[in-house]
Amino acid sequence: MTTATIQPQEVQAKQAAVPPLVSKVALIGNPNSGKSSLFNQLTGLNQKVGNFPGVTVDKKTGYCQLSPTHKVQIIDLPGTYSLYPKSLDERVIIDLLYDPASRHFPDLVIVTADASNLKRNLLLYTQLADLKIPVVLALNMVDVAESEGVKIDVPALHRELGVPIIPMNARKGIGIAALKIIMSQQLEASRVSFYEIPDELIPVVQSIRQRFQLRNDYQALHYAHQYKSLKFLSEEDVAWIAGVLEAVDFHSHAQQANETIARYTRINELLLDVVRVEKVDKDEKFSNRLDQVLTHKVFGYLIFFAILFLIFQAIFAWASYPMDLIDRGITSLNGLIQDNFDGPLINLLTEGVIAGLGGVLVFVPQIAILFAFISILEETGYMARVTFMMDKIMRKFGLNGKSVVPLISGVACAVPAIMSARTIENWKDRMITIFVTPLMSCSARIPVYTVLIALVVPDKYYFGFMNLQGLVLMGLYLIGFLAAIFSALLLKTILKARERSYFIMEFPVYKMPRWKNVGITIIEKSKAFVFEAGKVIVAISVILWVLASYGPGNNFEQARVQAIAEAKANNLTPLQTENKIASYQLESSYAGIIGRTIEPAIRPLGYDWKIGIALLTSFAAREVFVGTISTIYSIGEEENVSTIKEKLMSEKDANGDPFFTPARSFSLMIFYLFAMQCVSTLAIVRRETKSWTWPAAQLLYMSGLAYVMAFITYHIFS
Amino acid sequence: MRKRAEEQKEQKSVRDLKIGERGVICCLSDPEMGLKLLEMGCIPGTEVKLNSRAPFGDPITIIVNDYTLSLRLDEAETILLKK
Repeated sequence: MTTATIQPQEVQAKQAAVPPLVSKVALIGNPNSGKSSLFNQLTGLNQKVGNFPGVTVDKKTGYCQLSPTHKVQIIDLPGTYSLYPKSLDERVIIDLLYDPASRHFPDLVIVTADASNLKRNLLLYTQLADLKIPVVLALNMVDVAESEGVKIDVPALHRELGVPIIPMNARKGIGIAALKIIMSQQLEASRVSFYEIPDELIPVVQSIRQRFQLRNDYQALHYAHQYKSLKFLSEEDVAWIAGVLEAVDFHSHAQQANETIARYTRINELLLDVVRVEKVDKDEKFSNRLDQVLTHKVFGYLIFFAILFLIFQAIFAWASYPMDLIDRGITSLNGLIQDNFDGPLINLLTEGVIAGLGGVLVFVPQIAILFAFISILEETGYMARVTFMMDKIMRKFGLNGKSVVPLISGVACAVPAIMSARTIENWKDRMITIFVTPLMSCSARIPVYTVLIALVVPDKYYFGFMNLQGLVLMGLYLIGFLAAIFSALLLKTILKARERSYFIMEFPVYKMPRWKNVGITIIEKSKAFVFEAGKVIVAISVILWVLASYGPGNNFEQARVQAIAEAKANNLTPLQTENKIASYQLESSYAGIIGRTIEPAIRPLGYDWKIGIALLTSFAAREVFVGTISTIYSIGEEENVSTIKEKLMSEKDANGDPFFTPARSFSLMIFYLFAMQCVSTLAIVRRETKSWTWPAAQLLYMSGLAYVMAFITYHIFS
Repeated sequence: MRKRAEEQKEQKSVRDLKIGERGVICCLSDPEMGLKLLEMGCIPGTEVKLNSRAPFGDPITIIVNDYTLSLRLDEAETILLKK
């Protein structure tokens, strides 16, 4: 028995010791060619977004288990039409493929191609093949293309290209197994070349190839075109290439145009015998008919606003059930701990950590719903239509249609939204988009909005489906959007354009969302929200609890004595006395002192020192506000098991009236709407703009705006 | 810029098409933008059809190589058509 169980392990250990044939696989393809579906099929939840050292660009990587002993790293590259990058996003590709010393250099490249548009998809393939990297062609959606009358002779295509071709449907998972088998083999680069470098360039190309010890002439040609973007070249190298090119009067644009035309000519010849199109009239394509409604000048906008309305209603109406469940779970967990244990550490755990974390966990359903909708809009191809409908309007504000994607993604989280601005080719449009995106109300503001709306806006329904609280929430998002576009307008007059803006974009065919992709997005984003926010919240909760539970010198003892004396004078019950002691002690604690110090600055907005503490702690991340509030109001309360809403409702001002009046609550909502309270966003802006000026300007502008707007709001409502 | 305006006078561009109307690409008048258009399949000799216009008339979509491409009017203007 024992030998039998040990043996397989020994065999496995031996196999693992042999280095695998293929360890890094890059995934590349046109946008909308099904690349992300394939990536999700291969890696499942085994993926992460990493920052490649020295490249300052994020890309997705994941692992794929080919056999029990063979695991490969899959690198997902941004969608592109050619190896000549047009946007910052696409530049990742040259960083990966042209540096011979890169440790991320792939052993194999999988090119995804949409079978219904093989001609355009093959352009990228032929460029990769000419680089002489081992390539597999994943011919995606063959069945869909066939139903549209496009028939591809796969064996003939294989003969022409000389590389493995896997017909597949990545959405349905067809062909994945075959692809995995191919991936586990040692593949050679195709010998077929698709482009002859013009004679007059050959001497230049060869001297570049010699100097940099490159594998082939085509790679050297790419050095000639892109030497300015190749970060691994030294200044000396760049100057050398510039000198060589000047000598032969090299026109990069003209050469690239010639190359593209030559490649298309070759692809056309090649496809003549390979692809047969049977259907004559393609004009009645379903997508085109749908577009006539969805981008209609009246219905188009109506449908768009209806979708937005549905999202905000859903965030409030559907999320309330799981939210109540989570809320009750946390409350009873806290109750359970308090009933069975005692001591300062238990107080720290219940009043600090669990109260803080509970404040965040409760919002996971709302955030999941928001990300579900956004990923469905992307998945179905609808987002591209929104971009199209909004381009002309956005241009008036110094943005462009493509800014809509960062702006809409900004309602989920500004960090990925700002990164998605990389698809905007024009510098000025991109900078303006990055600057204004944080004004869109992100999901971290949801906790703040939800808590405050629930306090002052009645839970009323109009016409049976319009929830008043949902409407107010939508109004807050609208204010954020208006603030974003008018700030863009302001910036448009300040910034000088460096290059022309353009808007050339493929319209993806409408598709059913791939639910697996939607699911992965929801899980990944919710996880990121909980863990990222959770880390900060636990840390801040602990610090805050200490600051609120201790005071300098014997202040704490004095507060206690004074409270007891006052309680006796007023004949308070023992419970009321306890509360009085606790609230006096909080006031004289370190946290109380800090809050009091900043109180004069925030008094004009209607805030007191308790809110002041929350403003300070939530400076790094807004969602900390709710955690802080629930920590602060937990301390000195007879029962720790009430919800945040109940805690806030029972808070009284000096006259014994409810403290959270509409004026105070709306003022706070407006403050959180405008203020730049997110260190992650500032960090990402710094990285994306490569300067401190932008994040600094954003911080000053948004905080100033927040103060002024909150001030106005407070005075309108009071 | 002046050169483009002159060319436009004598030659029809994608901008001048009506919805549903077709034309064959003759050349691209803007070298920088042309590169992007070429990669997207707007190769001289290819047939294009004006498919739709955005609500405010700009941008537009064209059908080229059996797929839908959206672009602005001033970009469409650089795709010149054969007579």
